[in-house]
Amino acid sequence: MFDGANRRVVSLWFPRLASDRALRVRPVDGPFALTLKQDNTNRIHCLNAVAERQGLYRGMVFSDARAFCPDLQSKPAQPEVDRRFLGSLRRWAVRYCPWVGIEGEDGLVMDITGSAHLAGGEAAMLCDLRQRLGRIGLTVQIGLGDTRGAAWALAHHGEGVAPPGEALAALGPLPVAGLRLEPVIAAALQRLGLRTIAHLAKAPRAPLARRFGPELLMRLDQALGTQPEQISPQAEPPHYAVRMSLPEPIGLEADVMAGTERLLIRLCDKLKQQQTGARVLCLTLRRIDSQAQHVELRLARPLRDPARILPLFARGIGEADAGFGIDQLRLEATQVEVLPSEQMGPAGPDRQDRLADLITRIGARIGLENVQRFLPADSHIPERSVIIAPAAYSKPEPFPANPRPRPLIMFPPEAIPATGPRPPQHFRWRRMRLTTMRATGPERIMPEWWLDDDNWRSGMRDYWRVETTEGRRLWMFYTPQNPGWFVQGVFP
Amino acid sequence: MTSFPLQTARVHEACGPLSGSLAAVMAAQAGDVLWLREDWQQQAISPSGLAGYIDLSQPLVAQTTDQTETLAVAEDGLRDGNVPLVVMELTAPLGLTAGRRLQLAAKAGNSIGLCLIRDGMGSPAAETRWHCGALPDPDSAPEDSTLQRWALIKNKSGTLGVWHVRWSQSARRLIVVSKARE
Repeated sequence: MFDGANRRVVSLWFPRLASDRALRVRPVDGPFALTLKQDNTNRIHCLNAVAERQGLYRGMVFSDARAFCPDLQSKPAQPEVDRRFLGSLRRWAVRYCPWVGIEGEDGLVMDITGSAHLAGGEAAMLCDLRQRLGRIGLTVQIGLGDTRGAAWALAHHGEGVAPPGEALAALGPLPVAGLRLEPVIAAALQRLGLRTIAHLAKAPRAPLARRFGPELLMRLDQALGTQPEQISPQAEPPHYAVRMSLPEPIGLEADVMAGTERLLIRLCDKLKQQQTGARVLCLTLRRIDSQAQHVELRLARPLRDPARILPLFARGIGEADAGFGIDQLRLEATQVEVLPSEQMGPAGPDRQDRLADLITRIGARIGLENVQRFLPADSHIPERSVIIAPAAYSKPEPFPANPRPRPLIMFPPEAIPATGPRPPQHFRWRRMRLTTMRATGPERIMPEWWLDDDNWRSGMRDYWRVETTEGRRLWMFYTPQNPGWFVQGVFP
Repeated sequence: MTSFPLQTARVHEACGPLSGSLAAVMAAQAGDVLWLREDWQQQAISPSGLAGYIDLSQPLVAQTTDQTETLAVAEDGLRDGNVPLVVMELTAPLGLTAGRRLQLAAKAGNSIGLCLIRDGMGSPAAETRWHCGALPDPDSAPEDSTLQRWALIKNKSGTLGVWHVRWSQSARRLIVVSKARE
């Protein structure tokens, strides 16, 4: 492999990345600025060249900038979009070499070792880079050196190329800030009189390390190539989308299903390679009148088996409107989950799989979150001892044995006229005249004081199981702190 | 006891104050259950009560917004056939067409449908209809379930009848109490 001396690294710095991107979308004449809200103040995030020439600078309070420069046009910055834009630039830069990484917020770093000749040499490659980036409206500063640090310094402080093995000669005149130092350290070095990298390289190392810590010398060594630094290319995130264009428009349900099946097979292959399964799938049917129909399928568990997914699409495809015909199908797994390979069982799909398909099918109709299962909860309050959770996002859990019988039917407490701590002998409930035959109890349940529950405002409850001569067995409770009787359930 | 357990591939009905109990007994015998209910209903089958019949981690509950949705989901569930029992809590009378559709779905999936209906709201398409009430029973042990009176009030393919039953919590099975005891 290459040792440090043989490497060639390009650093690209886009000093006005954010505003260049915004102006690409909507160009304006005159000064322009992007603003970002920081600590409740609108500050300038990025400027175009005209605005910079007028003396505005980054981090300035926007209202001040507006006062200096009345015709300043502005837009709110979108750092997230900028990040994505930089990501796509990174992908584009892979055309020059395979090792491209992102440098901070607004830069790229490329390891062009051994690939410069493909673009006709270093000079030609830099020229090509500059031309292509300029054509899409990006301001760029390019540095080329033996190390990442050298390239960065050159890109940020007056562009240039350091010939192989002569990093110090090229970097020497640059200010110490070119070493990617904290602004505080750079300022302190300036105060000591160490203004340029050449000064710093000549200074005795031990006192510098004592005074500024190991960071400073590490940066210097990285720039000069005595200490290695790697460039990590970012892995492309796997892309789970497949599409198919049709020579003739189709409209029959069976045809769309057949096309979907082919796409599914291709998509599931991709999923299998990445050991993932689809959780949400989106099928886009593009019609010849340029309208598009979307069929979304939310699965109850990650899947990558075309034969099982296809029938679940049937309902959505049946409802889609083909219009004058569909000429393109696109299938994308918009949400994927890890699904490691498993050994095949001897039988077909097991109970969990079959249930998951049922959940998916019902969920497509009433919403996946409305298909639920019971999960145990740690509470002695009867209503809260079981949670109801969406079945698609939970796993069945074993329930602890419940020693006390609980009513089969429960409802919000219904007050009955009665007094005293013992269950009444005769009472009326739901227009029925009932007589107590036998009462079992009480079971005292205290409210959970750490939860504020309106239903338990009346304090603790003494629950009784009351068997009536009419046959019904009721679950009743008495609230001693706030005397009253209530019926809350019926036993089976 | 004829006509119970309920005939598979058909849809049945239960009404009366303890109709939920019949559904729970059926769920215990079927193992898996898909339980459909409308989300606005206050009175609910309580999971902790159901725990006396089945393993609570098994059942699936589907919350629907109205009866139309309930019926559509019930049809899906019955036709799917992966869940042997689909219980639906109905709040409005079921028409002949809707009832017939449910029967066809149950036949396609070889599963059992059980509609919990209000008294007097039966559908003509139901295979059987049960009325479940409670009986007083001074001799019972308190841990046993209520003595129940299950009356078969409609049967398309057999005779009607009345049985007195109780659910044995410990044995997890239905005990038919002989009438001679009365």
